Amino acid sequence: MNATWSRFNIVSIVLGFAFLYLPIVLLIIFSFNESKLVTVWAGFSTKWYGELFRNQSLMDAAWVTARVGVLSATFATILGTMAALALTRYTRFRGRVLFSGMVFAPLVMPEVITGLSLLLLFVAIGLDRGFLTVTLAHITFSMCFVAVVVQSRLMTFDRSLEEAAMDLGATPVKTFFQITLPVILPAVISGWMLAFTLSLDDLVIASFTSGPGATTLPMKIYSQVRLGVTPEINAACTILIGIVATGVIIASLVNKRREVQRLRDEQAANRG
Amino acid sequence: MAETTLATAPSASPAAVPQQGTWLAALTGRLVIIIPYAWLLILFLVPFLIVFKISLSQTAIAMPPYSPTFDLSAGITGLWESFREFSFDNYLWLTDDPLYVNAYVSSVVIAAISTFFALLIGFPIAYGMARAPATVRPLLLMLVILPFWTSFLIRVYAWIGILKPEGLLNQFLIWTGIIDQPLIILNTHTAIFIGIVYSYLPFMVLPLYSALEKMDYSLIEAAQDLGCPPISAFWKITFPLAMPGIVAGCLLVFIPATGEFVIPDLLGGSQTLMIGKTLWNEFFSNRDWPVSSAVAVILLLMLVVPMMFFQQAQAKAQEQGR
Amino acid sequence: MKSLGSIRRSFSPWTDPAAKPYIVFENVTKKFGDFTAVNNLSLAIYEREFFALLGASGCGKSTLLRMLAGFDEPTSGRILLDGQDLRGIPPYRRPVNMMFQSYALFPHMSVEQNIAFGLKQEGMPKADIDKRVADMLKLVKLEQFAKRKPHQLSGGQRQRVALARSVAKRPKVLLLDEPLGALDKKLREETQFELMDLQQNLGLTFVVVTHDQEEAMTMADRIAILDKGQVMQVATPAEVYEAPVSRFVANFVGNVNMLEGTVAERSEKTATITGASGAQIRVENAGDATAGSTVAFAIRPEKIKVSSRKPDGAANVMEGEIYDLAYLGDMTVYHVRLVDGQVVKASALNSSRITEDPLSWNDKAWISFAPDAGVVLTR
Repeated sequence: MNATWSRFNIVSIVLGFAFLYLPIVLLIIFSFNESKLVTVWAGFSTKWYGELFRNQSLMDAAWVTARVGVLSATFATILGTMAALALTRYTRFRGRVLFSGMVFAPLVMPEVITGLSLLLLFVAIGLDRGFLTVTLAHITFSMCFVAVVVQSRLMTFDRSLEEAAMDLGATPVKTFFQITLPVILPAVISGWMLAFTLSLDDLVIASFTSGPGATTLPMKIYSQVRLGVTPEINAACTILIGIVATGVIIASLVNKRREVQRLRDEQAANRG
Repeated sequence: MAETTLATAPSASPAAVPQQGTWLAALTGRLVIIIPYAWLLILFLVPFLIVFKISLSQTAIAMPPYSPTFDLSAGITGLWESFREFSFDNYLWLTDDPLYVNAYVSSVVIAAISTFFALLIGFPIAYGMARAPATVRPLLLMLVILPFWTSFLIRVYAWIGILKPEGLLNQFLIWTGIIDQPLIILNTHTAIFIGIVYSYLPFMVLPLYSALEKMDYSLIEAAQDLGCPPISAFWKITFPLAMPGIVAGCLLVFIPATGEFVIPDLLGGSQTLMIGKTLWNEFFSNRDWPVSSAVAVILLLMLVVPMMFFQQAQAKAQEQGR
Repeated sequence: MKSLGSIRRSFSPWTDPAAKPYIVFENVTKKFGDFTAVNNLSLAIYEREFFALLGASGCGKSTLLRMLAGFDEPTSGRILLDGQDLRGIPPYRRPVNMMFQSYALFPHMSVEQNIAFGLKQEGMPKADIDKRVADMLKLVKLEQFAKRKPHQLSGGQRQRVALARSVAKRPKVLLLDEPLGALDKKLREETQFELMDLQQNLGLTFVVVTHDQEEAMTMADRIAILDKGQVMQVATPAEVYEAPVSRFVANFVGNVNMLEGTVAERSEKTATITGASGAQIRVENAGDATAGSTVAFAIRPEKIKVSSRKPDGAANVMEGEIYDLAYLGDMTVYHVRLVDGQVVKASALNSSRITEDPLSWNDKAWISFAPDAGVVLTR
């Protein structure tokens, strides 16, 4: 009976992952297609990648996206970490319900609403739409994701580490930078990575809040996709996927190795 | 021990350092709340108030294309004047025009159906992961999360090439001889369902997995030991225990799917009505900011209840995590 | 000279009316919402004392320690250290250091860095820090582990690092929260003596929180027994064991038989107690029990002698039968059911390998004890 269950489990996992990965794999395969017709295989070629790098407007958009991504992820990480600290460390303060509402709501808020509302704010305060406004918008929604990631780490954080530091004479600010931050750093880094990819991905909010000269890569891809599927876009997508996947896989491998090393150390320490 | 003469050499007396710095410490502590709070107030809450305010304005051919605009130089009386110009015309317009009503209804229906299918597909995956050997679980978990890191737009775009009439799916089905004529999937509701289920599946699987993984498998064995057949043990034990995960997963799919724009736009074609797309068109094509604001306000009102559910579930999970 | 228990060292400032206490809790109350963790508690601890706060979980002992360290402030009352009111002084400005139950070693720092952490906060010159760290490592015999990270150490080694870190700053007072709680039994017994030596050699005042009475008895000069945020008794280990002041303390520390009765007769020192079934107990040291009051006569199992024949000349003799017995190797514990139905525990040291006349289940037996073998408790 257990065997049939586990067979069922394996089948559902295999089918599920096939569903998740097949479209991406097909997209990558067809980016190497010789033919302009993306759905008919006509032999292997990397010519679309060459085309891609000669497409100046696409390159410009990529550069804008990279800058917006790094800037917004950095600020979102700082603000999100603060928000996470506020939520875990201060269990009661005036307006805490509103605050936690504002932290969690953007996680599920339809992007069209966030985008529209931010645009209207920028117009109301007379801020010209462009690089700055996209960055501000991205900080705002991705800081909430950072907050959730860091908060879940802080909930398992051993508070006595901080108490020990203060007991030994470190002021609260020193305690934070010398003890708390180094210990939660892996969560903060993955928060940054999440914020960066969210910024890299975003089409809707960027479309609302961006202006001339600040066209991001997703906006560029979107405008081309509307005209039809092209192998060039497939190639661009493949590169993006490649960058993100490499980053995530390296990060998790590093984590895994550290975990294994740690386990080994602990066993060794307990033996001897 | 002799050289470590550590007799109680009186170190700094506690009296020597007055209590200055405690209020400073308290303030720096408070800054952790104040800064993100202020940021979210200005860039999250205030914008909603502006949306609400503009939804009560008239369309105008100007920049910004609505009136009255805020003019703080006019002072309180000026502000009051502008309030008097507010009207609910845009909302009346929305309720009058069946286009909008239909868009709202069909958004909710499409999101609900997609959520149901996401649960149907996501549950076995999450269950299989939770029952997998502990050594492969982190790998499986990473594989579920990985698509989430790759661009949403790209993942939706990938389906166009698969679903279109001369696309890969039809080629495959014709090649196997199951069909003679290509199926029309792209630009139908089916394509939207596929798109939403596909894009949001990780959001469904992750909370389900974390609920199922925590579950002690010996509970099932105990139920069976007490004479409960497997299917019934599933419904009586596994399902109720996975409920928090099911609720969180469904909300995480349903809420954003309702206001989804990219999927209906790229996969649903021009026939499909979904409110996110309607809002986008009102804004970018018709440049009717007051109406798109009104559309946003009503969408938000529709989603407030599920969002509050979501927040409550989050808060509860937080309490338990403590 | 007669004395309670055996004396470890002649250190007893609490008996000297001229001695000034070092740490004073003055009517301290601590409330967390509706819950009162510490209730109007007063306590005095002397310099260089090894003081134990003993109690079950939730008795308020950890809260006392945390208030002394500065992590919690009293709701009312004050705490004095060397005559100085500690109110409002943050933990990082207090001349006390704490060793945490979880050790709280900084996971991203090596053993050296952990020990040096507190010294760096003081702004001590680097050369002095290095010297002090080396001294501390030597003190806890961890010289060759200086570069290791906490997760590369065994539980016992981690405990030593935590100890070294907390004494590195030469605090006036060292607070220890369940210092041996995470160690296994054998290691715990070794470490108890090491802690005592360390305290003697450094001449520090130790305040240790523990729920383990054996640990408290072994290490402490005096023990405060706490319950529901209040002090039940403060005394030396021997006094706590041999002269508990209440039923709670007698029950909390060690095994005890509680014989309830009323005081039938009372003279200056002695008294006669009549049990529920009418049996008479003659006692000395009747304390403040007045004639006619309801009292308990508390007597430890090892103070009761069990014999198969009625003993001659004993002050108190009671008849019963062996109801249950447990052979523990070093001793045997007898459960004797008295005529009135009450079961009394008595333990006998197995000082010879062979017993001439072994007692067995349902055998008739007599218990006997001296008039000063137990205490009379009114509370």
